[in-house]
Amino acid sequence: MELQEDNNLARVIVVTSGKGGVGKTTTSASFATGLAQRGHKTVVIDFDVGLRNLDLIMGCERRVVYDFVNVINNEANLNQTLIKDKRVENLYILPASQTRDKDAVTRDGVDRVLKELKQRFDYIICDSPAGIERGALMALYFADDALVVTNPEVSSVRDSDRILGILASKSRRAEQGDEPVKEHLVIARYAPLRANRGDMLSVDDVIEILGIPLLGVIPESSSVLQSSNAGVPVILEDNSDAGKAYGDLVDRFLGEELPHRFLTVEKKGFLRRLFGN
Amino acid sequence: MGLLSYFRPTPQGSAAVAKERLQIIVAHERSGHRYSPGWLPALKRELMDVVRKYVSIDQDHIKVHLDRKDNYEILELNIVLPEESNIRKEASSIREESSIRK
Repeated sequence: MELQEDNNLARVIVVTSGKGGVGKTTTSASFATGLAQRGHKTVVIDFDVGLRNLDLIMGCERRVVYDFVNVINNEANLNQTLIKDKRVENLYILPASQTRDKDAVTRDGVDRVLKELKQRFDYIICDSPAGIERGALMALYFADDALVVTNPEVSSVRDSDRILGILASKSRRAEQGDEPVKEHLVIARYAPLRANRGDMLSVDDVIEILGIPLLGVIPESSSVLQSSNAGVPVILEDNSDAGKAYGDLVDRFLGEELPHRFLTVEKKGFLRRLFGN
Repeated sequence: MGLLSYFRPTPQGSAAVAKERLQIIVAHERSGHRYSPGWLPALKRELMDVVRKYVSIDQDHIKVHLDRKDNYEILELNIVLPEESNIRKEASSIREESSIRK
């Protein structure tokens, strides 16, 4: 990794949601992997200090030596800390600290590390912790783009709306009066059958309530659990609906216009739901 | 017809209730956090003073709500006036006043 001059095109993208367990880390892992697969130098940072999990989802938990806090405190440099993905070129992981105090992540520290990363990478993905506390605010503060991960369920939608409010008021772009953080809606764990029956908020319902453009819909799928069991980002599972949906999502983020798939009921999907788990 | 509607997916499931509840709570919370400019309370006070010149109302009877949609903002003003006979009287007197001014 050679140092370049200031890379102004590097984008910082936060993956956030407010609510926990909706698919932030799954989305961060697959999104980063997808960008790297398509040739972009990508790093994904785990901001969940104390509860690191991105390493497990990415399957590199046994290769963690140093962490984000070590870099912030100048106890280790990026070359020592970044974990290079073994499957995909151009992909690096910056793990969270498992032991440190959350206060160790300071705004100036994050700013410095991000500036350094911007010289080496095209995309910097920030996997936010749940909630709206310090860690979550830190993850979104420097963002240029935000992937707001939402499940079609009341508490998740409400929390996503709160996060949108925070992006619009507490991000650096908001504070400095720059162009606002670009918001992208990611609906995860979507079950078309239940939505069609009127038992689940539909994609259109969620879009109407949150009022931000839709980037992708990830169907509820047993392959998400299977791939997390194996430590493989689900986007690498070419045969799964969720993997294909993440692939489409990445292509759309990069500017391709693709129709949304997996929004309608398929017989196969129904049977898989019956016998899948 | 009855048979057809039986097979058609009903949009009246629990999702419809969820959507309605969400729309209300999200609009409420946005007015508190997301889209609440600093001048909104002052506007409400002044509006109330103006309305009170003509009709006697309580604080609860006036609701000011600002919403943002795409590229425009909607200022929603809801004033509940007391008894209908009063309103007519008041309204007509206001109308008279304005025609005199012309």
